[in-house]
Amino acid sequence: MDWLFRFPQLDPEFLLAVKRAIDGALKALTRGYGQSIEDFFYPLQRVLIFFESTISNAPWPLVVIALAVIAWFAARRWAVVAAVVGTLIAIGLLGLWQDAMKTISLVFTSTIFAIAIGIPLGILMNRYKRVGGVMQTVLDVMQTMPPFVYLIPVVMLLGIGRVPGFIAVVIYAIPPIIRLTDLGIRLVDKEVLEAADAYGCSRSQKLWKVQIPLAMPTIMAGINQTIMMALGMVVIASMIGVQGLGLNVLQAIANQYFTQGIFNGFAIVGIAIIFDRISQAYGHRLQKHRGAAHD
Amino acid sequence: MGIACRSTGVQHMTSNNASIEIRDLYKIFGKSPAQHVDAVRSGMTKAELAKVHGQILGLNNINISMPAGKIQVVMGLSGSGKSTLIRHINRLIEPTSGSIMIDGRNVLDMSELELREFRRNHTAMVFQRFGLLPHRTVIDNVTFGLEVRGVEAAKSRDTAMGWIDRVGLSGFETRYPNELSGGMQQRVGLARALSNNASILLMDEAYSALDPLIRTDMQTMLLELQTELEKTIVFITHDLDEALRLGDQIVILRDGSIIQQGDSQDILLRPADDYIERFVKDVNRGRFIKVDAIMESLLQSESRSLPKLKSGLTLETAAKELTNSSYDSAFVTGDGGRPLGLISLRQITAALSSGAVA
Ligand SMILES: Nc1ncnc2c1ncn2[C@@H]1O[C@H](COP(=O)(O)OP(=O)(O)O)[C@@H](O)[C@H]1O
Ligand SMILES: [Mg+2]
Repeated sequence: MDWLFRFPQLDPEFLLAVKRAIDGALKALTRGYGQSIEDFFYPLQRVLIFFESTISNAPWPLVVIALAVIAWFAARRWAVVAAVVGTLIAIGLLGLWQDAMKTISLVFTSTIFAIAIGIPLGILMNRYKRVGGVMQTVLDVMQTMPPFVYLIPVVMLLGIGRVPGFIAVVIYAIPPIIRLTDLGIRLVDKEVLEAADAYGCSRSQKLWKVQIPLAMPTIMAGINQTIMMALGMVVIASMIGVQGLGLNVLQAIANQYFTQGIFNGFAIVGIAIIFDRISQAYGHRLQKHRGAAHD
Repeated sequence: MGIACRSTGVQHMTSNNASIEIRDLYKIFGKSPAQHVDAVRSGMTKAELAKVHGQILGLNNINISMPAGKIQVVMGLSGSGKSTLIRHINRLIEPTSGSIMIDGRNVLDMSELELREFRRNHTAMVFQRFGLLPHRTVIDNVTFGLEVRGVEAAKSRDTAMGWIDRVGLSGFETRYPNELSGGMQQRVGLARALSNNASILLMDEAYSALDPLIRTDMQTMLLELQTELEKTIVFITHDLDEALRLGDQIVILRDGSIIQQGDSQDILLRPADDYIERFVKDVNRGRFIKVDAIMESLLQSESRSLPKLKSGLTLETAAKELTNSSYDSAFVTGDGGRPLGLISLRQITAALSSGAVA
């Protein structure tokens, strides 16, 4: 009866060989093409460094004013502007200004990239149903996979640093924007689409004049989720060399610095609130005329 | 019997020669529609097709000649195939078989590009729930068709402003659809359609979502516009009053088949079957039946001196005038007072109450 209590597994030698083969292939790939892969991502690295140094080296009052202005244009409400300014001041007073700027820069750039890649993918997913089905499955896997797991190939290919951290964040944060772009387009009122066809819209006219604008509130909800996930990934990405608030948290865990952990944690929450309020408020303003069109 | 009077007036000369000829049109919704057309041709009903093959018969052997510059009403209960039919005219729905000739071209043979050009320039559509773009203001909704066509912005704005004014929405140009009442939204829908300057106007239950009073206003507006524009209008409704009021010609559908075609007089006075008779029963007949439809032809030597009633008067008005005149019959007169026929109060009362007229 022994076999009942031991699950029959593949030959351990065989499993070991498989693992070795795959890892070996990846390593060989890195060894062979490591330099060209790095060269390929060099422009990206320049962009990331540019953003980070711009926002980190800017005079702090300028940053506060700039974010306040963005908040005003997105939300058109003083309460939101006040919340943003208040949070920034609190972060600065806690001595976390520089780290916060690095984190904001990372979240900002990775969100921009996620949007730039995610919205077209969402459109494709909507247009080609077959592709859509496959992508749906891939997204499901991506969203359930523990984020640590895809740090591994990224690190193997690109080592440790800004770019691999950035790529890990983008991969982790991109599913919602893809999904909600697709969903938003699917939810567009059938009669409005019929009107677009009846007036002789071409496919791209229909997409840009009707589908995307009407899907915009849903897409904004996706962008909001993407931002939140990118922020959530900040701590994990610090394991592979991303600087900023996440790294402080990581150090705090390693050294059991409770207060440092709490302060940095709150700073991350503060940044989350800033991004969330701004993007949500913008989403609501979009919603104003795009909700139910009739009474 | 003098029935053919409705369209005897001189036809206005118009550039609109967009008559619509629908021939042998069939539409089956399902996985393998083409296989079942022959069965339907040889008499399979909608219910049988659904039961045996699980496919839905949308349209069954439709033949209609819609004259240019007239209002063609298509009437029927919900699910009878009205929307399916009107969507074949601009091919929002692909047919299973048949042809639709407009101005010498078969819509069903057009390539994708030709179809797009046809929709942009020759047809415009008005929808039951308006189909407006909620993120655009009134003016930007009205210019939509022109914008799609690539008309210069300033020019389409001018055109749009003109139509916004015509439908009575001046001052609302910068409002959003969800700030307007249903009736006003449909005026936007109509202005958008008219801006296109297309000869064919497709209206799918355009007024069904509106309150009765507003609906009557909109009907009046459409009739006024039509005397001037003379478009070929296909108007869908499930409301007989609306059909009788607007329709130069009326087609009645049931289960995807035509069960009667004719003008309002034909429908009211000679309903083809029980189904239509039930529709007709509740209508205020006096308001729609015309004296021409029930008058007697003149004997050669009618020398009595009788009051005159104009051709085209409704029975309601005719009865009122006769009662006031202390005669019990009158001449129906055409152009220049020429007598066309004779009508009596007794005939009028009979036509008002009875189902059919001998
Ligand atoms: N896309 C479709 N697929 C299957 N059946 C349809 C489809 N569109 C319409 N039908 C069916 O065709 C019939 C006619 O529908 P429709 O033209 O919408 O009727 P109406 O406009 O007169 O209410 C109905 O039985 C409806 O269920
Ligand atoms: Mg319908």
